[in-house]
Amino acid sequence: MDFELTKSQKLFQQMIREFAEKEVKPIAAEVDEQERFPSENVAKLAKLGVLGIPTPKEYGGAGGDHVMYTVAVEELSRVCATTGVIVSAHTSLCEDAILDNGTPEQKKKYLPKLASGEWIGAFGLTEPNAGTDASAQQTMAVADGDYYILNGTKIFITNAGEADVYVIAAMTDKSKGNKGITTFIVEASTPGFSIGKKEHKMGIRGSATCELIFENCRVPKENMLGALGGGFAIAMKTLDGGRIGIAAQALGIAQGAMDETVKYCKERKQFGKSLAQFQNTQFQLADLQTKIEASRYLVRAAAWKKDHGMPFSADAAMAKLFAAETAMEMTTKAVQFHGGYGYTREYPVERMMRDAKITEIYEGTSEVQRMVIAAKLFKK
Amino acid sequence: MNKAEYKDVYVYAEQREGKIQSVALELLGKARVLADALGEKVVALFPGYKNKEAANELIAWGADKVIVMDAPELENYLTEQYSQAMSQAIDKYKPSIVLLGATTIGRDLGPRLASRLATGLTADCTSLDISEQRELLMTRPAFGGNLMATIMCTDHRPQMSTVRPGVMQKGVKDTNRKGEIEVLDIKFDSSKFKVKLVEKVKENKGKVDITEAKILVSGGRGVGNKEGFAKLQALADVIGAQVSSSRAMVDAGVMPHEVQVGQTGKTVRPALYLACGISGAIQHLAGMEESDFIIAINKDKFAPIFGVADVGIVGDAHKIVPLLTEKLSKLVTKK
Amino acid sequence: MNIVVCVKQVPDTTVVKIDPVKNTLIRDGVPSIMNPDDKGGLELALQLKDKCGATVTVITMGPPQADLVLREAFAMGADRAILLTDRAFAGADTLATSNALAGALKVIPYDLVITGRQAIDGDTAQVGPEMAEHLALPQVSYVVGCEYKGGNNFRVKKETEDGYEILDVEGPAVFTVLASGFDARYMSVGGIVDAFEKEVEIWPASKLDIDPNKLGLKGSPTKVMRAFTKATKAAGQVYEVDAEQAVDVILEKMKEKFII
Repeated sequence: MDFELTKSQKLFQQMIREFAEKEVKPIAAEVDEQERFPSENVAKLAKLGVLGIPTPKEYGGAGGDHVMYTVAVEELSRVCATTGVIVSAHTSLCEDAILDNGTPEQKKKYLPKLASGEWIGAFGLTEPNAGTDASAQQTMAVADGDYYILNGTKIFITNAGEADVYVIAAMTDKSKGNKGITTFIVEASTPGFSIGKKEHKMGIRGSATCELIFENCRVPKENMLGALGGGFAIAMKTLDGGRIGIAAQALGIAQGAMDETVKYCKERKQFGKSLAQFQNTQFQLADLQTKIEASRYLVRAAAWKKDHGMPFSADAAMAKLFAAETAMEMTTKAVQFHGGYGYTREYPVERMMRDAKITEIYEGTSEVQRMVIAAKLFKK
Repeated sequence: MNKAEYKDVYVYAEQREGKIQSVALELLGKARVLADALGEKVVALFPGYKNKEAANELIAWGADKVIVMDAPELENYLTEQYSQAMSQAIDKYKPSIVLLGATTIGRDLGPRLASRLATGLTADCTSLDISEQRELLMTRPAFGGNLMATIMCTDHRPQMSTVRPGVMQKGVKDTNRKGEIEVLDIKFDSSKFKVKLVEKVKENKGKVDITEAKILVSGGRGVGNKEGFAKLQALADVIGAQVSSSRAMVDAGVMPHEVQVGQTGKTVRPALYLACGISGAIQHLAGMEESDFIIAINKDKFAPIFGVADVGIVGDAHKIVPLLTEKLSKLVTKK
Repeated sequence: MNIVVCVKQVPDTTVVKIDPVKNTLIRDGVPSIMNPDDKGGLELALQLKDKCGATVTVITMGPPQADLVLREAFAMGADRAILLTDRAFAGADTLATSNALAGALKVIPYDLVITGRQAIDGDTAQVGPEMAEHLALPQVSYVVGCEYKGGNNFRVKKETEDGYEILDVEGPAVFTVLASGFDARYMSVGGIVDAFEKEVEIWPASKLDIDPNKLGLKGSPTKVMRAFTKATKAAGQVYEVDAEQAVDVILEKMKEKFII
């Protein structure tokens, strides 16, 4: 048993932390303020191989692992949650989905481009009437010769508009319910595919979140991902992996807020003492750092299990549930410690608090995570 | 080696385009003190071309003797040419001590020479003394200026050290001083000349060297980036100051090395040093704590810079500097 | 082209602090990093490799833990790494260090040797030129730009106090570079994954072409007699006021000192 990162994971952490400090942090406030997708940093991350960390070298990836990937998302989110989720959605929801479920031809065609970051990836499951109840899919895919014709709408899709490849769930046989859902790889250039309205969000404002519109969108049959009717299982398994990424994002946000709070409490003086000298500060921050550290262990354990081919669904749910709630608590307290300043945009904790909220919602709300965890509890 | 054969304190009299560098005069001042303590002479080693007359200036500043090496090969500083000249002089005269300025030239020539002579060299000394055993005590900062170390070179001669400009005090110039001038012919081995000077470019023409500035507005990590430094420049423009920088911002590529204050940059002694967003790593303090008056602005009230500042302001330089610029420019236009 | 880069693992002196009570150096928890100027040197080597093809060998002298900077060099793109580690090297001053590095260089092929101008823990800037002398190679220090001109020829830009010089150099040569001239690349993820699979060659003193008397403490003409921390001057007054008031304080003090 070993609780340390490996030598290469540590060296990677050194690199990505330096990258986050030098390249990401300086533009984080601007990206939030302007709701701007940080293309320049995504390009730099692509060049370094950060968009293909767990993808094997034979498919043009870095040949790393998911623990390393969580380190990337954590360190990036520590200074900019937007950048964290871009990497997470790309890697977990698109690249991993193709790696885990694709045919050799699909892997050869898509993975090198995704791993190198030449193409950005996204994933489409949520619909206006199919959120937490993902089985209520209304996007239809009808076979037509060598093609499937897709019609319908997806909403709240991360990286939408920026992405070149989308993994899309659609109903191929309504009568079969969950077993009638199939996933497809849809390229952005496919006729009949378009991007709808862009959401204006509370947090992660630099991340592109849009509607996807399918109007007689003709997807070649060879782009079916996994078996006909196997889409729901693929989507759920993909989300299990995605949750590790979002948990890492929440962890990063929480640690970033803690870093800012510690710095501020050392500087800020009230009643003749620095805030750091008050026992209330010390005790509250001690409790929070304990939760952050616990989140980190949950995140890394879930990633480690995925890397070792072990079941990790409940682990990912616990990691995401706990890390997200810790991020929300930490950032709320961070604003409180900063007082009036914390409520202004002069300090980053206000942004971090807005960013933290989404981690309790997307890729399965905290309630869904509890359902997943409870289901495992009562299974026996 | 017979140490008794080696005597006198030698100074490398650095010149550029015929102009003797200030650091050489500072070294003569220190060499004078060391030589008097030893009861020995101060000798200047003066390589150059068509510049013999300047030898008298070295005597006026404290040299008892000047060894002039005059050759076209020595017109511009090039490592191998100067190393040949200097090593031939040192082989012939056997100095006990050789001091060089820690300039880009001295720091290139010094180690090359020490290696050729198989002796020790101590870089960037901040103080030089003579021990009871008549050895040279060389004190220098180490560990990024966090620690001082006293170094000796007891079994090898000459004892060599470099000293940064501005660290030692010049003596008093006396144009009536008498001294000896000796011309040394150098036999060059041109087969070893592998580096050719193509072009020499002066980049900051018209700009004052930060070591010469009366007022320095200096920025550190808290200033952050080029935009932050533009605010400092605006302030500097209003009060006729120069902008300087901490090491962190030079390492980050925000500011050029020429304006770096600190142990690895320049030592400055302005009338006012305004430190903005500089935490005050010891290596930085080493370069500016001799300033006449220091005002520091920093968000962190525990920043070490406040330990040397005459006036400390706990606050954000990003806010205070533009406000200060605005008020100062009003004052200036009123006049 | 064979390029050898000499690097040093150094404590990050920017985070070294002094214990305010004991007045001693706090070394605990200070991270070890690749010396910044050396990293700039490695970047130059890798740029030359990218442009004209080269094998880049990285050498460091240090304790076994210095292995980590060589892994970092691999992850940035170096091809070969050699760690000079032996008790015989301990206590080396710059001359003894330069002798060890030169002793290693004598047994490997090179067309160009690059190192940083100086290390942030010593700041001497001496090892590069001293090593160049042992190898009888021309040197250019303070290099901020370099262009390969074919054959053995390089054109370099050297930073000086008041500008720069352009120099033509006939190689093989030693360049000592400034970090500011070469914006070092980040390690790539793939490079990091591979870095620990590659072999770092461990060389004891016996593998070098050098008289053992020139190594370590024995080969060091300079000796540290005493180390101490420096006393700082008494602190002035510190104001915790808002920006407006702060400006007034500064203006008042500037007037007092006849600066305005």
